[in-house]
Amino acid sequence: MSQQRKAVALISGGLDSLLAAKVMLEQGIHVEGINFFTGFCVEGHTHAIRKQDKDKPKRNNALWSAEQLGIKLHIIDVVEEYKNVLINPKHGYGKNMNPCLDCKVFMVNKAKQWADDNAFDFIITGEVVGQRPMSQRKETMPIVSRESGADDRLLRPLCAKNLPPTLPETEGWVKREEMYGFSGRNRKPQMALAAEFGFEDYAKPAGGCCFLTDESYSAKLVDLWDARNTREYEMDDIMLLKVGRHIRPAAHYKLIVGREDGENKFMQGYKNSFISFKTIDIPGPLTLLDGVATDEDLKIAAQITARFSQGKNAESVTIEVRRTNGDTVTLKVKPMTAEEVKPEWYV
Amino acid sequence: MSHYELDARRMFCPMPVIRAQDKIKELQVGDTLEVVATDPGVLNDIPAWSRINGHKVLATRQVDDEVFVLVEVCESK
Repeated sequence: MSQQRKAVALISGGLDSLLAAKVMLEQGIHVEGINFFTGFCVEGHTHAIRKQDKDKPKRNNALWSAEQLGIKLHIIDVVEEYKNVLINPKHGYGKNMNPCLDCKVFMVNKAKQWADDNAFDFIITGEVVGQRPMSQRKETMPIVSRESGADDRLLRPLCAKNLPPTLPETEGWVKREEMYGFSGRNRKPQMALAAEFGFEDYAKPAGGCCFLTDESYSAKLVDLWDARNTREYEMDDIMLLKVGRHIRPAAHYKLIVGREDGENKFMQGYKNSFISFKTIDIPGPLTLLDGVATDEDLKIAAQITARFSQGKNAESVTIEVRRTNGDTVTLKVKPMTAEEVKPEWYV
Repeated sequence: MSHYELDARRMFCPMPVIRAQDKIKELQVGDTLEVVATDPGVLNDIPAWSRINGHKVLATRQVDDEVFVLVEVCESK
């Protein structure tokens, strides 16, 4: 009896990686999933923070995929290592701050290391030729294979017929004719295959699953780097970029204004790290001040906080200003008007 | 058999799952781990992770803004 071969599958939680793993399972391969947490994943965090999302199911789609497939899933924290990918991408950024090609090389390399450590034979991904403008083009897919070190141990079952044969094919571990030749951005072939396999309710992320592909998030990240004059960041930095309105009235400070109760509650956890502002007598946002501030800046921050409170049309609103050491003062301010909050202040 | 606790408060998914996964790797079959978290997503994610990796969720509960998931370490599938 021939030895059962083992493949580690990159599982993002999307449809393509789900299908790629299923195609291998159908060929009798032992598959286990691997999922990398970079800190920039869209799902999870925002659902947990924002109150308006509380009624949505909070499932982790990578775990859901693994459960549908009946395979193990190993979730790996790569937050620290990922910083170098984001800060120094050899192949540059995509439309926004997304280093997609370097990211794919990094993840396949990590999967290869995991495969080596755990005696797995090859690596599979759900990549499809021509599906993504940066990392999934015919010219860039060999770069991922080569620079990750996976070489011909990297198999893409959904588009294998469009690519040169890999080791699992030449060694007869998998049948090339039972894989696929998908290409381009058309999702219909994948949806038809999903139906064939009986997969329903799979994730359909609009605009990808990474915050770095988001124009607004990328602008906030660049603003953070510019303001600090360094590209270093911590987990708390990238978390705070996901919440609130970001308003920079001056180069030396920025305000993060909570948009609803869930965000306000989340931001309360940062009250010992940032000067914070809240309304006293009426409902309103929690605001954090990132940077250094003069007394005049504190007044402007209080007026902006009042602007986004239920007292925005009142003559004056009382704002509590809390220092990071817990000391508080109250300011009675006139809320700014919509016009006074200048458009260029919004990050 | 021993009981352990994991404080995953203020972490957001999937970090509590990753911390639980890494802790369970160090434990013996029959040990129990209680994860305490503030992200309600933990109530779905740790049971899902446990199911696919062959461990048993003994109890889940929510008290105010905190959630608790008690997992028994089983022989990995």
